[in-house]
Amino acid sequence: MTSLYTLTDLSKGYTRGKESITIFEELTMTIPEGDFMAIMGPSGSGKTTLLNLLGGIDRPTSGSVECQGVRVDKLSEGKLAKWRSQNVGFIFQFYNLMPTLTAAQNVELPLLLTGLSGKQRKERVATALDIVGLADRKGHRPRQLSGGQQQRVAIARAIVADPKVLLCDEPTGDLDRKSADEILETLQLLNKDLGKTIVMVTHDPSAARYARRELHLDKGRFVEQVQEPAQ
Amino acid sequence: MNDLTLIRKNLFRKKLRAILLTLSILIAFLIFGVLGAFYSVWSSGGALAADNRLITVNRINFTVSMPYAYWNRVAALDGVETVSHASWFGGYYQDPTQFVQTFAVDPETYLEAYAELTMPADQREAFLTTRDCLLVGADLAGQYGWSVGDTIPLLSNIWQKNDGSSSWEFNICAIFDAEDDKVPANYAMFHYDYYNEPLAFNQDQLGWLIINTTDPALNDQVARAVDEMFANSPAETETTTEAAFNEAFANQFGNIALILLFVVGSAFTTILIIVGFTMVTAINERTGEIAVMKTLGFPAPRIFRMVLSESVMLSLFGGLLGLGLAWLMIAAVAPVAAAFLPGLSLPSSVFWVGVGLSVLLGLLTGLVPAINAQRVKIVTALGKQ
Repeated sequence: MTSLYTLTDLSKGYTRGKESITIFEELTMTIPEGDFMAIMGPSGSGKTTLLNLLGGIDRPTSGSVECQGVRVDKLSEGKLAKWRSQNVGFIFQFYNLMPTLTAAQNVELPLLLTGLSGKQRKERVATALDIVGLADRKGHRPRQLSGGQQQRVAIARAIVADPKVLLCDEPTGDLDRKSADEILETLQLLNKDLGKTIVMVTHDPSAARYARRELHLDKGRFVEQVQEPAQ
Repeated sequence: MNDLTLIRKNLFRKKLRAILLTLSILIAFLIFGVLGAFYSVWSSGGALAADNRLITVNRINFTVSMPYAYWNRVAALDGVETVSHASWFGGYYQDPTQFVQTFAVDPETYLEAYAELTMPADQREAFLTTRDCLLVGADLAGQYGWSVGDTIPLLSNIWQKNDGSSSWEFNICAIFDAEDDKVPANYAMFHYDYYNEPLAFNQDQLGWLIINTTDPALNDQVARAVDEMFANSPAETETTTEAAFNEAFANQFGNIALILLFVVGSAFTTILIIVGFTMVTAINERTGEIAVMKTLGFPAPRIFRMVLSESVMLSLFGGLLGLGLAWLMIAAVAPVAAAFLPGLSLPSSVFWVGVGLSVLLGLLTGLVPAINAQRVKIVTALGKQ
């Protein structure tokens, strides 16, 4: 498998007052294209920070983040924004939908950054909502949808611009078991059928079992565990 | 959907807040529009003044008279085309509260000097030849329901006749108007002789002279010559252009422009603070959403523009509503106020300045929130959720 991400000697820390705090140091790893990886670990182990570095919304203290030959950590803010819009889909724990927009408008949001016509955007939105099974809810506002439905709208928003990678931060953390399983099945489907590379941060071992492999981040180091994904 | 949809949706996400903000902006621009229209009429005297018209008044004050003989002496000066004169009658009709702005004039030279006053030829002839004729402005005639042929008494609150009466009886033989709505048609005039002859005091005195020069370039020279001629006399004069005279006349009631500036300035400063603070709060409430938009790939300058546009749209919306309401109010009041504020309307200059001010207000109130939005740190904002 071709590698999508290459992380080399990646370190991240911050200072609080006079104190320097290291989150992780000199992490080196690759993420192959088409992978579905779950990152687990205790609170404060740097899972979300790693996800942010992969998504180009945070910068490392040292080391490099390379995605298909592009040094993400070296891009300017403007180029980074463009790179994110073309390559990465984000799924958050609390969905982060725009409350004033309908489901379809929320999904259309990333397409405003493309040169697609209104008609093309409409078609893409319809396809994305269809994939997540919410075609009939396109006119609903977020508050008119359940948590699981909102997260599915968020997934549709993440995939509508056809990014290579989906970065999910606790995507089922705010959902009941049934809704969580539906979301995880959708992610699995996106990985298997559409070939999306997925990196998912989770606390939930049963959620992690949907991934192809689990990585445990603890005290700044990875412990890998390859598994057969849950069916 | 486009950026405009997002801006509009954000603008009206909290309807009560949006309505209250729009109302506060509306009120500021309503005040601006109404006062601007009043000021425009108030100050139009200068704009309506003829280039070559000078006014000579007593140096002490324009309410103090000067000898009748000055009229012919000024007429003899080089550069003077015509000279007329007028005297303040200070009249009222039936009741002192029914004030009628009236002047005693020399009919022929006065109508030559103010060629912009129009009336039918037969009425003009009647005014020139009828000693007790009252030439009435159309707005004034409309106010009291007067028409040609009416006989009315006007009383003076200043002058008295030899017989102790203050009442002059007039025959309305002509009604004047002007093509330009802003030329006042809210006063009346009559023959100087009819006023002067029965006067119990202050006979053979004039209120002011109206001088038309042969060339506007000669204005300074003629004004100097007139004032030098009467220097060191009991009634020294001061000669200015008609525009300067009208401005000074308007300013006797106070510096209207300064008062207006103060009122409008206060309203705008208050609105600037209220709207600015509310916009900052509104954007702060949306920090998380802005962080998500940035995460999706919306570049910071685009977010800056969207927030700024939101503020400008709000201000423009409120501003246009306010100016529109001002226009409606002025249109409703104008017919009633025609007698003392002729040509009252919302001038296009006031409207466009208002539009410009509303855009400026939007830019000023939106700048800080737009900068804040542009600077939102994704990781920090998302981490606070």
